[in-house]
Amino acid sequence: MSETIHTTVDAKGLSCPMPIVKTAQAVKGVPAGELIEILATDPGSVKDFAAWTRSTGNAIVEQSEDAGVYRFVIKRA
Amino acid sequence: MATETTAPEAAAEAELTEAIAAAAQPDSGSTTVQRQLVIINWSGEYDKIMPTLIMGSVAAASGYKAQVFLTFWGLLPFVKDSRRITGDNWMQKMLSFMQRPGISHLKMSQMNFLGMGPWMIGKLSKQYNVASPKELLEACQLMGVEFLPCQMTMDMFGLKREDMIDGLGEPVGAATVLELMTEERTASLFI
Repeated sequence: MSETIHTTVDAKGLSCPMPIVKTAQAVKGVPAGELIEILATDPGSVKDFAAWTRSTGNAIVEQSEDAGVYRFVIKRA
Repeated sequence: MATETTAPEAAAEAELTEAIAAAAQPDSGSTTVQRQLVIINWSGEYDKIMPTLIMGSVAAASGYKAQVFLTFWGLLPFVKDSRRITGDNWMQKMLSFMQRPGISHLKMSQMNFLGMGPWMIGKLSKQYNVASPKELLEACQLMGVEFLPCQMTMDMFGLKREDMIDGLGEPVGAATVLELMTEERTASLFI
């Protein structure tokens, strides 16, 4: 499944809570059903994004890590 | 033996399927009560404001209703940075002289080292990309965290509406906060 990414959030180098806060802000501008990509280096963000998507009803469709950079693709509910 | 269901049965089945589908949906909050975080922010130091602003901004970012009650020392960081001396009588003015108000002028609750503490934390924050209290406050305001000042503290410290930063809610008291804390699906913190 490689639909195009609507928005990318670059949260590399940012610590809690900024990856979540920046994503929440960016998601407001994303229409329902579209994909948003987040890049983060904070290891704590892995569990945080899982919790955040559960709380907000959005869904993680892809998750990967490459050389310390975590990549999440989230589908806007 | 008929293989088709009768009309009322089909309708009941459809309703049941719909109910199961609705229950399986992640909690989007539209038909259920919104979750809420209430923080009683009593402390005014750098290291204590951080959890208030972090929990508040993340709660709002996660779709919770986030409300922060600013009381006692916890009200002083929400005075405008530009207001140096506040209050009407000499005691209130001396208070603001000794405890400089404003989010950019916070002391540490421990290891303040006459001001070296906040400076060092500032350096560490920059190095590890941790947001400053000012940045976190902006994030809170962007995410819609509500800040409720304590009327009693404002009176006692001689703080007026004009002394405070923009965007704060109407001053309230303990009864309002108590009611919020005991609503459904609400978590409360005293910081």
